[in-house]
Formats: sequence, structure tokens, C-alpha cells
Amino acid sequence: MIFRRSFVAIAMLLGIAAVCRPSFADDRSIVVASTTSTQDSGLFGYLLPIFKAKTGIEVKVIAQGTGQALDTARRGDADVVFVHAKAQEEKFLAEGFGVKRFDVMYNDFVLIGPKSDPAGVKGRDIEAALKTIQAKGAPFVSRGDRSGTHAAELALWKQAGVDIAAAKGPWYREIGQGMGAALNTASAMNGYVLSDRGTWISFKNRGDLDVVVEGDKRLFNQYGVMLVNPEKHPTVKKELGQAFVDWVISPEGQAAIAAYEIGGQQLFFPDADKKGS
Amino acid sequence: MPDHLSALQLILNADPTLLAIVQLSLSVSLAAVALAAAIGMPIGALLALTHFPGRAILVVLLNAMMGLPPVVVGLALYLLLSRSGPLGELGILFTPTAMVLAQTVLIVPIIAALTRQTVEDLWIEYRDELGAMDVGALGRMTTLLWDARFSLLTALLAGFGRAAAEVGAVMIVGGNIDGFTRTMTTAVALETSKGNLPLAMGLGAILIVIVLAINAAAWGTRVWSQRVTG
Repeated sequence: MIFRRSFVAIAMLLGIAAVCRPSFADDRSIVVASTTSTQDSGLFGYLLPIFKAKTGIEVKVIAQGTGQALDTARRGDADVVFVHAKAQEEKFLAEGFGVKRFDVMYNDFVLIGPKSDPAGVKGRDIEAALKTIQAKGAPFVSRGDRSGTHAAELALWKQAGVDIAAAKGPWYREIGQGMGAALNTASAMNGYVLSDRGTWISFKNRGDLDVVVEGDKRLFNQYGVMLVNPEKHPTVKKELGQAFVDWVISPEGQAAIAAYEIGGQQLFFPDADKKGS
Repeated sequence: MPDHLSALQLILNADPTLLAIVQLSLSVSLAAVALAAAIGMPIGALLALTHFPGRAILVVLLNAMMGLPPVVVGLALYLLLSRSGPLGELGILFTPTAMVLAQTVLIVPIIAALTRQTVEDLWIEYRDELGAMDVGALGRMTTLLWDARFSLLTALLAGFGRAAAEVGAVMIVGGNIDGFTRTMTTAVALETSKGNLPLAMGLGAILIVIVLAINAAAWGTRVWSQRVTG
């Protein structure tokens, strides 16, 4: 009987200890809902330790697609959003969920495809490339997850004059997953895929893939940051969240973003505008 | 996690990030097993020893719930624990506590269903004896649970295996936050999405070895305590 009781007691204690342990760290920490591209590219892994050393604030990043990240913030489960789909961000602001939006940095999208380029789309013109891919029915992997990259892809089809909802066939594969998963899929089926450059540079399972279209100004990719509105969600950590927003758009934060490189290549280009919108 | 290193190098260097992830995985899953045992074993024993209308339906339901999809459990808990949800005030979404809860929900049915079967089988053996000794309901329950303890170890291990292996629920309610809610399974998912397949595979191998070690330890304990207590 004694054995039995002490066993149960030990098990319970272990359980309780494991549950309670992490809550000490909660005081000076914020949750940032961000995109898979900022995490998969390693930017946050580089940036956040610098921010923590400076301010002592711990940043917990939830990496989701832009649409999902904004929804997480709408529910009040994040203090700051750091995403890249301006139209969706402005809608979020208009609904009153964000305080103010600031541009932070940009990079660009690139069209990735097989090195042999079976559809023959290599070049600088993204519209022509997409038209050709659709006309030839070359395999194309779409994120299909309401992310910033997915939104950009849909906008590009529209600009190219392709009604993708009507034109989609077996060649157009919506996977509903993150950037890395989309690149893995494209690599496996030797298809084309739109990616942000940051994720592409840091991506390791390239197989036979390479950049086929880049340098078109329509491939611009702007990132923005917003504090979630404390009036909508009183649990938002206003001061700490604002400190993070202020830092990433400060000269120091901007310099840190510019300094992040992989293999000598800069991934993101700071372009903060202090006025915000 | 430094992704220029292979899983083997991470182990050899006793990489602090890797150790923290392993520690979190183990403490979350073990806490879930402890909680689920405290809830599931009495439920299973009670169900084994009582007879009431609708009992068969409950038993079938409990057995079916062993197959709860983790991603659905994760989503349901997410909606409950979100700041906009009914339990939002607790503020435990995206914390290890939420992950323990999710895994507990997943493995209570496993432990309860396996306990019910074990105790029911044992009860057939013990019925006359315990009946003759005029032992009360609570006494029967504790006696049977105690005498079935070696078989029940398998139920705990089944629960632990499920908890340690699942990724869907902890990903949703934990958020896979670096250094805070990243477990072995969510780290494997993340490295896969970064295209770092060798590191992902290596982490998977580490996880399997850990689960194996725990099962071996449980087996050893069983053999040892059977020898000691007879």
C-alpha cells in the first residue's frame, strides 16, 4: 500500500513539476505571429538573440502563413504580427485589429523550376512565364494556404491574364502547406513554384531545381509589422510588443536585418518608413 | 538548431538546443502519461467492475476514442484555449501546459480502454475470492489495479508511445516555438520543411532510440520488481 501511494505521488509530482516549470519565463516575453519564410530562412534565429541581448525581451515566434498568422492575432493569441501581404494587412488594420502598420524590409519572389526548364520560361518576365506554364500545362506547385506568397502568386496569375480558378487542372497542384513543403514537392515532381528568395537561398533539398525567373519588378515582396490592438484584446502585451516593433524599424534593427547573410548573399533588404500607415 | 551540423554531431557535442528539445519532449509526454494514468485507470477499472444500462456503448466509445485524430484534438483545444475561446483567460495557449493537456486527452482513452480489458479479465479470476471476503467496491478496484500492475505497465507504455510520437496536436496548441514549445516531432517537421532532410531523419532516429530506451527501462523495472515482490 505504501509502495502504491508513493508511486502515485511521485508520478503526480513529476507531472506537476513538468507542467509548472516553463511558466517562470513568461514575464518578459511576447508572441509574434509571423510567416514561414522569416523562420525557414533563419532570419529570426539571427535577429531575436540580438534583440533579447539589447532589451531582455524573449520573442516567441509562431510561424504560419500570413493569412493564418493574421487570424491568430485576430483571436488575440499574438502580440505582434510580422507578415508579407499588404492587402491582407490593410484589411486587418481596417477591422481595427492592428494599431499601426510599418514597412520593415523587402526581398523578392523568384520562380523556381527544373534546371532543364522544360516549359522554356527562363528570363525576367514573370507574366510571360506564367502564361507559358499554363498553356503548356507544365507542373506547377501552389501553396494554396492563404499565405503571403500564395496571395502574391494569385495576383501574378491575374496580372498575366490567366483566370486560375477556371484554368486549373491536374498540372496545377495546390498543397496547402508552407514554403519549404512546396519546394520539397516541386523538387520531387520537377515542377515550377513561386518562392520568396529568402526561403529559397536557405533551402537545402534543391534536387534539380534552380531559379528560372527573377528580377521582374512585379516580384517585389514587402514585409510589414504591426502591434495587435490592445483595445480589441486587453491581454496584448502593449509595451513589450511596441518595443519589438520600434526596434525592428530602428536604425539598429534595420542594420541587423541587412547584416543577415547566407553564403555571402543578403536575404532581406531593410526599408522601414517611420511614419507607418 | 544549428543546421550545418548533422544529427550525429549534435549528439556528440551534447548540443544544448537538442538536449532542451529532448527534455521538453520527455517531460511533456511523461506528464501527460502521469495525468492520463490518474484519470484513465480509475475510469477503466470502474467500467470493468460495474454493470449498468448503456455500459456496452461506453466501452465501444472508449475503444473507438483510442483512434482520436491528434490534429482534431489539437484544433478543439486550440479553440478552447485561444484568448477568444471559453478558456482563454488561462492564457496557456502556445505553452507546454497546453501540450500536456492535448496529449492527456489523446491518451486517456488508450489507458482507460486497456485498463478496462485487463481488470475485467482479472476480475473473472478473482470474483469468488473477493466476493467471499466481502470487499467493498473501492477495495476491489484498488486490489485489482494493484495486482494487474505489470499488465497495466503496457497500457502506460502504449500511452507514452502515442504521446511521444504525435505531432499534430502539439504543433497546433504549442506553436513549435524555438526554445519553448519545440519538441522532437515538431523539430522533425520543421527541418523537413527547411529541406534539411538528413538532420530531420537524424532527429527522428534519436526519438526512436529514446522511446526504445524508455521501453527497455520499463521492461527491466518489471522484471526486477516481479523478482522482488514475487
